[in-house]
Amino acid sequence: MSEAAQVPAATLLGIALALFLIGLLGVMVRRNLLFVLMSLEIMLSSAALAFVAAAARWRQPDGQVMVLLILVAAAAEVGVGLSIVLRLYHRFETVDGDEISRMRG
Amino acid sequence: MIVVCYLASAVAIVSALMVITQRSAMHALLNLILMLLALALVFLALGAPFVAMFQVAIYAGAVMVLFVFVVMMLNLGPLAERQESRWLGAGVWAIPATLTVALLVAACYALASAAGTRIPATVVGPKQVGLSLYRDYLIAVELASLLLVAGLVGAFHLAPPRRPSAEAPPSTDGQPAAGEAGDE
Repeated sequence: MSEAAQVPAATLLGIALALFLIGLLGVMVRRNLLFVLMSLEIMLSSAALAFVAAAARWRQPDGQVMVLLILVAAAAEVGVGLSIVLRLYHRFETVDGDEISRMRG
Repeated sequence: MIVVCYLASAVAIVSALMVITQRSAMHALLNLILMLLALALVFLALGAPFVAMFQVAIYAGAVMVLFVFVVMMLNLGPLAERQESRWLGAGVWAIPATLTVALLVAACYALASAAGTRIPATVVGPKQVGLSLYRDYLIAVELASLLLVAGLVGAFHLAPPRRPSAEAPPSTDGQPAAGEAGDE
């Protein structure tokens, strides 16, 4: 582990950006709410990658702390989001996000 | 280490693409787990072992188990896969994919023209992270625990109501709660 990583910082940011955009594409394209949640996970973990890259760049632990907070936020989001999906499935018998838009008020 | 970093990044990107193009939720989920493990490897290569272990234990462990439970509970069969195939025509993909690729190209151009700094070869270990976490970010830790409690209460509240019938209903309200409690 003491060996040099020596990755250019811009490359890592590009990778994080690519992952984020893949997640964004998933959120835009998919209608199944489960897939939307999975794409949100991809986006959150790409943000985590950017934080880790920044932490490694400046040799500070702060970025890693932020990743832990992202993990907590993701866990809470998944818990609530999946219960909403389950609830909607029980009521509407579908996990289609567009179908549920008929619910008003 | 640079090879590990690039290889794991490539695996992460490919499996992320597989996640959003997959028809079956279970297959997408397995690809998502693969992506998270690859990212953990990237973190390890970047000198962040603590976060890498957290990624494996919490993300690829607890959160994904939650996902697996829900996918199993919804029990979406081949019917749902046919529905997915109907939804995901080429026309649906065209415009968002074009916009996304355009954004990626623009951002990569901006990144390429930026000053090239390399990431130094230092490992920021668990000790430093822990000290920073409980000294500088103590309030953030407390707020994070509050957020987890809020997520727990929200998941418990939103879970489908228990049917009063004799046959055991798919008791869903316990699962998110268990996952949340495990995270704290």
